[in-house]
Amino acid sequence: MSIKLGVPSKGRLMEKTFDWFGQRGVTLSRSGSDREYSGKVEGIEGVELVLLSAGEIPRELNAGRIHLGVTGTDLVREKLGQWDQRVEEMAELGFGHADLIIAVPQFWVDVDTMDDLDAVAAAFRARHGFRLRIATKYHRLVRDFLRERGVADYQLVDSQGATEGTVKNETAEAVADITSTGDTLRANHLKILSDGLMLKSQATLFRARRAPMRDEDRRVLAELEERLGID
Amino acid sequence: MAWLSPEKAQVLACAAALRAEFEAAGAVVVEAPILVSAGDLLDLYGEDLRARAYTTSDTLRGEQMLRPDFTVPVVEQHMKQGAEPARYTYSGEVFRRQEEDEARANEYVQVGFEIFDGADPAAADAEVFARLRTAVAPLGLKATMGDIGILMAAVEGLNTSEARKAALRRHLWRPARFKALVERYSGRSPMPAARKALLASRDPLAGAGPEIGLRSLDEVVGRIEALRADAALPPIPAHEVELLEALLSVRETLPHALEQLRDIAVDMPAIVPAVDRLGRRMQAMAARGIDIETLEFEAAYGRTHMEYYDGFVFGFVVEGRPDLPAVASGGRYDALTREVGRRLGRPEGIPAVGGIIRPGMVLELGGRA
Repeated sequence: MSIKLGVPSKGRLMEKTFDWFGQRGVTLSRSGSDREYSGKVEGIEGVELVLLSAGEIPRELNAGRIHLGVTGTDLVREKLGQWDQRVEEMAELGFGHADLIIAVPQFWVDVDTMDDLDAVAAAFRARHGFRLRIATKYHRLVRDFLRERGVADYQLVDSQGATEGTVKNETAEAVADITSTGDTLRANHLKILSDGLMLKSQATLFRARRAPMRDEDRRVLAELEERLGID
Repeated sequence: MAWLSPEKAQVLACAAALRAEFEAAGAVVVEAPILVSAGDLLDLYGEDLRARAYTTSDTLRGEQMLRPDFTVPVVEQHMKQGAEPARYTYSGEVFRRQEEDEARANEYVQVGFEIFDGADPAAADAEVFARLRTAVAPLGLKATMGDIGILMAAVEGLNTSEARKAALRRHLWRPARFKALVERYSGRSPMPAARKALLASRDPLAGAGPEIGLRSLDEVVGRIEALRADAALPPIPAHEVELLEALLSVRETLPHALEQLRDIAVDMPAIVPAVDRLGRRMQAMAARGIDIETLEFEAAYGRTHMEYYDGFVFGFVVEGRPDLPAVASGGRYDALTREVGRRLGRPEGIPAVGGIIRPGMVLELGGRA
């Protein structure tokens, strides 16, 4: 008999989410010890806090097991087909900013645009005998972007971390990853293509369109929206 | 025996009946594995295939795909053990990932008919078209056809460098990118500022950062030289671009389309052999008793969704329902057999034409109850 709010279970994303709700009179906190993944909500009745990995929040929203969830736009668009029919963006929270971009080695002075990348992919395949490798964990978003831009003769290789190091390690020729300041890219001698920005992401409060709700739940949601200042 | 829902049983019965018709036309029944090597298919069709086919894996064989169609497995089997000429038929499920439209089937039955025979390509094209047409005749579908070979010949005939032609050929199936390249090569769109600055620079590699990764400094320098050579080329003449655009916009009943193409060929002689092939195909269709006056020809047909068809392409669709996929479709794919053949020691490939029918759609539309 409550609506469930999914929030990232650790780190800065959790703290900033707690702050954002706290500033609006809804106090979220972890209950018990630091290691226990359960939480409580004060300042409103009928809302239950569920602490989850940020990467699992899109899936839980899609399944309707949570009614509301805080996660990055990038993760929602990567993991949910037809995302805008599954979830509604209720509020951008103003932190967790990250751009999903495509980057190549700085010394590729002949490559500035996606068109250049496509031409280089064709030449690379002819010379090396395999498709140019782009390391990423955002397979769907990157593939859609490259198809839209007419890039061919590439392959995506999975990289779940330390993606900027893949070029130097010769497991990829280019990377598609999120960046906030660009410092890690520069430190790894990579540059962003001038038209290589795929998505600007930030922490966002989403509502699951398909989560079952009773009249009581709808009243709680309306009250929460009012408290949070969401139209 | 497993229990089958009546609907599925009907689809399988319809598929069996269609396949029997192709067998009666001399086709040998072939089977294909459901799981096929993902690497081979991805090398052929590109990474985009992942959006359309289901991928799975195990730790020994690596990535496998649920077959998105029968074409590649049938060509592979033929190259390993078949004698020529050959004709094949098959029926079975194919699997298509659907991430845009939940209403579209992600698993459906296809029945196919393929001819591997170089003796008379026009006759083989006409035969495949005629047999599929007969199979779907009671449904009142609209037939559309095109010819990718004419487009390829037009690109070959452009008055420009081999590198530019290769880039255009490579993007024939991506119309937006193709158009952007034509605009660039014809001087209609300006060179991007960054490219201009690169070509104007005396030492473009100054302060460029360390050489990292597999693509070497040589390759970077080589491409800069290629870009300089390209910048020195004259643009593709405006009248050639206009002819190319006229060609791409041909959309008429088949005999009228052929007339228009012959008119264009007067100024674009490179397409004459391909247009002659279309003429012979039309005659071969007429010889099979098909009323060619009612057939529609669309020069751009098959450009967006039929990569590796490199000649005749066709489809039978429900008129006024662009949301529905084609009930039957097919075409000539000589180029695909060369790509597959490279891997199997037969780089010359085989002249190949074929097509598929979706018995599930045939039933839904009220055919063959």
